[in-house]
Amino acid sequence: MSTTAPAATAGTKMDSGEDIGAIATIRLGMKYSPELREGIGLTMLFAIISSCGQIVVPIAVQQTLDRGLNAPGGPRLDYVAWMGVLAAVAIGLTSWASYAMTTRLFTTSEHGLATLRTKAFRHVHDLPLLTQNTERRGALVSRVTTDVDQVSQFLVFGGLIFVVSIGQMLVATVLMLVYSWELAAVVWLAFLPLFLSIRWFQKKLSAAYTVVRHQVGVLLGAISEPVVGAAVVRSYGVEDRTQARIDTAIQDWQNAYTHAQTYTVTSFSLGGLSAGLANAGVIIIGVLLGFTGDMTPGKVLAFAFLVSLFVGPVQMGTQILTDAQNAISSWRRVLGILETPADLIDPGPDGEVLPRGPIDVRFADVTFNYPDGPPVLREVDLAIDAGTRVAIVGETGSGKSTFAKLLTRLMDPVDGAVLLDGVDVRRIEPRSLRRSVVLVPQEGFLFDDTIAANVRYGRLEASEAEIRESATQLGIDDWLDGLPRGLHTQVGQRGESMSAGERQLVALLRAHLADPDLLVLDEATSAVDPALEMQIGRALERLMQSRTSVTIAHRLSTAEGADEVIVVDKGRVVQRGPHSVLVTQEGSVYAGLHASWIAQHSQV
Amino acid sequence: MTDDADSKGTTTADGFRVLWVGVKREPRVFIVATLGAVLFGVLTVADAWVLGWSTQHVLIPAFDTGEIGTDLLVWVFVLFMSVAILRAIGIVARRLGGGIMYYRMQSHTRRGVTRQYLALPMEWHQRHPTGQLLSNAYSDVEAAWSPIMPLPMALGTVVMMVVAVAQMFVADVVMAIVGLLVFPAVVVANLLYQRYASPLMTRAQGLRAEVSEIAHESFDGAMVVKTLGREVEETDRFRAKAQELRDVNIRAGRIRAVFDPALASLPGLGVLVVLAVGVSRVSSGATSAGDVVTIAYLLTIVSFPIRAIGWLLGEFPRSVVGYRRAKAVLDATGAMSFGPDELPRTDAGALLQVEDLHYSYDPDNPLLRGLDLEVKPGRTVALVGATASGKSTLTSLLSRLVDPDAGAIRLDGRDLRTLRKGELPRDVALVPQTAFMFDDTVRGNVTLGADVPDEEVWSALRTSQADGFVAALPDGLDTKLGERGTSLSGGQRQRLSLARALVRRPRLLILDDATSAVDPEVEARILASLRDDVHGAAASLLVVAYRKATISLADEVAHLEGGRIVGRGTHAELLESSPAYAHLVNAYEVDPEGSSVDAGRDNA
Repeated sequence: MSTTAPAATAGTKMDSGEDIGAIATIRLGMKYSPELREGIGLTMLFAIISSCGQIVVPIAVQQTLDRGLNAPGGPRLDYVAWMGVLAAVAIGLTSWASYAMTTRLFTTSEHGLATLRTKAFRHVHDLPLLTQNTERRGALVSRVTTDVDQVSQFLVFGGLIFVVSIGQMLVATVLMLVYSWELAAVVWLAFLPLFLSIRWFQKKLSAAYTVVRHQVGVLLGAISEPVVGAAVVRSYGVEDRTQARIDTAIQDWQNAYTHAQTYTVTSFSLGGLSAGLANAGVIIIGVLLGFTGDMTPGKVLAFAFLVSLFVGPVQMGTQILTDAQNAISSWRRVLGILETPADLIDPGPDGEVLPRGPIDVRFADVTFNYPDGPPVLREVDLAIDAGTRVAIVGETGSGKSTFAKLLTRLMDPVDGAVLLDGVDVRRIEPRSLRRSVVLVPQEGFLFDDTIAANVRYGRLEASEAEIRESATQLGIDDWLDGLPRGLHTQVGQRGESMSAGERQLVALLRAHLADPDLLVLDEATSAVDPALEMQIGRALERLMQSRTSVTIAHRLSTAEGADEVIVVDKGRVVQRGPHSVLVTQEGSVYAGLHASWIAQHSQV
Repeated sequence: MTDDADSKGTTTADGFRVLWVGVKREPRVFIVATLGAVLFGVLTVADAWVLGWSTQHVLIPAFDTGEIGTDLLVWVFVLFMSVAILRAIGIVARRLGGGIMYYRMQSHTRRGVTRQYLALPMEWHQRHPTGQLLSNAYSDVEAAWSPIMPLPMALGTVVMMVVAVAQMFVADVVMAIVGLLVFPAVVVANLLYQRYASPLMTRAQGLRAEVSEIAHESFDGAMVVKTLGREVEETDRFRAKAQELRDVNIRAGRIRAVFDPALASLPGLGVLVVLAVGVSRVSSGATSAGDVVTIAYLLTIVSFPIRAIGWLLGEFPRSVVGYRRAKAVLDATGAMSFGPDELPRTDAGALLQVEDLHYSYDPDNPLLRGLDLEVKPGRTVALVGATASGKSTLTSLLSRLVDPDAGAIRLDGRDLRTLRKGELPRDVALVPQTAFMFDDTVRGNVTLGADVPDEEVWSALRTSQADGFVAALPDGLDTKLGERGTSLSGGQRQRLSLARALVRRPRLLILDDATSAVDPEVEARILASLRDDVHGAAASLLVVAYRKATISLADEVAHLEGGRIVGRGTHAELLESSPAYAHLVNAYEVDPEGSSVDAGRDNA
């Protein structure tokens, strides 16, 4: 668990949860899934009734046989009948209690886990982009899928039964003490090695299952390679190598599980040895006690029966404890997500709401660096007036993209502040920020749905007519109409059924529907056919109207069209002004960029 | 992909069929585990026998005579401990064997499923979402083999059951038959359980896949979700599925909650029926009270095997569903076929000929209709065409990610389909628009496992202008990508992806808009060094291009329109001869003198 105060920059590591102890895991799990506590008392009562039944029913049957059927002087029919009815009632009651317990357990655990799953999912989205990127996608998915499934097994078939087992064990101990404290001591002595070894085994098991859960993540990551990278794997003919990597992951997974199972089995079989020791001890010591004290053969035999009442729950408890480690490791990993701080602190209810209308932007002495990295931006101080169209240019690695990430609060500055309409972005209410500021990223990721569904990410309640209206305003309605199914065209996984240019158009339409006051554009560099690029340019032009816009420009033509150009070099703003002025400043960074651009685009 | 049609009544049979597959695959482990279970069963009985022996030969004589020989006490200890140790061995064999078999079967199936992922054609992949395929390979496989764990125990106890049943018949045939009515009752209970649980389990596995799909997609599009502030809606989307899964699990749990106690109480009820019948038979003198007692005791012994079998059968619905889902992948057909031909072993550029090529995703709307194209050895051809004209499709056909509907693609005179597996990737490299990175080091991502000296890796990185940023990475070539480390920008990924192609010294290099996310400045440098490099090695180059700088690099331009190559020649020739080409290429013209985007629009 991270205890350090959230730094101003994004953390880079997902909490694996490995440091959370078993009891702490359960306590923490209860905190995140309060449903698990609901009605636990009543469920426990049912559990006790049903487990008592497992003892009461055989005893009732035995009594019927001994006293009814085998009664001196022939079978006593009335006794048999009464005991039969009693046993039937006991069976009915026990079954019903067992049904009630299982149903309740399923209901509360599944509710609790659905909540946990959802909270963890949500928290992944709340994490800084940087942290999200440090985890393999497959591993991240496994935390909200298979890991949660694993916990469910434990909650339904483990947790409560374990508590009941301990209860049964204690009751059996009390009964044994009543019969003979000496023999009770013998039994406990026989089980002492087991009890003492449990801690050690738990530690080993915990470590072993942590490896198991880790390997599950690795395995899912390996499996996703031939799926996500299907084209690359084929076109480079690296099927064998990819398979070899998967096979390694499969083997490692198998080894991890087998290793863990070895501990489980050893720990469990130790219980059997203790039971043998206890039985032998009871007979031997019972005999020896018989010579000195008031022990009778009947008492010893009755005690032997009590030992079996003690052994049953002990073995059940050990089994649950060992099986639980897998679940606890999974639980830890899910909780690990929730314990990873969402470094971008939500201002909460005190957050300010930005008024609508073009926004003015100010960078006040902003410095930024990635954790343990060199500064990306150094003491940048600049103001952008409301309603202006600004282009930020610079070489790759100059730090220009960082402007977009800071403005949209994908990251927070290490030093200084970014102010919108004079308000520090860290103090703006998140919903308000997202409504007022929209980023159009370089690569327009689309969800596997229709175009309409994708653009509605910009404005959920947008009607089809409104979407069309937006398209018309952007001048891309004829493109939309040209598609086989118009707005209902499916875009495919990650939007891959569409060309890069078309994905950009959808992203622009999405941004237009969102109707932001500050548009931040990480200009797409992918080359699309010039006709489409024209269309995109035109749409952009219209999208920027009557808003403040900041474009991270990769094309100098974009800079030419801007009201003002900000030139960034090595993390500092080195030039600022309209294109026409900057281009004449000989020897400047901008003049250099411009020259190479011209050289590339002039006709040969 | 699962067929829900045949799930009624056949689940039990199918469940055994699935298990039989496992037994045939891992017979030795299965036998060890089962013998372990038998040993365990036998020794459980032996335990009772040792207690009886101790009572009769040690306990009672000792109390009667008031003295005891040490040797007898040693015997008691030895007997109890031998039974306990042997039983522990039985447990280890059973549980470890069961575990190993379970893990091995999962590994076998996963190897099979992932081999299919690698063998099945791209069309298949395009039809199946990533999340679903991950779920098929992980959670469905796990579900499929889940009955293996309780299998040895269930089989081991069958021995116990057979012995008990035989003894019952020896005691009293009529009562034995009455008592054995428990078995048909077990079968009926099980059939009912399968019938009600199976559809729910099918649904649950399907929902698990859907939950995984949503998580995968949503985490993939995290940037869009974050920048548009759609965390709440995404969480709602995920929650809806998670809750649907929860509700199905609860319903399935409720059925399990009925089944488990029903199964557990059947032997008890059987005993009651036997008692009822027994009492009347004893009264009529048909049998002795002792026989009733014997049969009742034997029935209680049978109750444990019945439980163990119940645990096994309880896993069947989930198992059958998981197996069917995994089997659907295993049985999917359509793997690419390969021929016996080889390509000449030479360093010279390859000759590419495309003849009358037809391809369509949608039969009503063919994409390529009779396309002809030739790239002569060592020449560079630029492929120019509007968005969605089929350029990317052509590149996948050329690298044989898909096969054409009609027509032929020949490399050095040999049809691609007649080439041996591995021939094409050796000589042809496709660099796609979206770069895919493996979870590996920079070196691994460039070499893809091939034994390439570092100098050549650096040389390829230099050509693709990636040497600078790679050198700056913390561990240089050994920097791990994709996990817990460096995350690269789109442009950096594209450059690594290009280096991956270059390092293989392909005889035909196909670039599908492969420098789209690279700054124009850097792109210009790549193109310049690529020209030197490619021409130095005399490879043939086909490049999908829009930018004039790229086009100008080509010896020849091919203009793709309406599914055919409609114009060929140098850029200048085409500009002159084809108005359509001129329109396409000049739609967006950069004027070095600084006119804005608007000026471009006027030209259009």
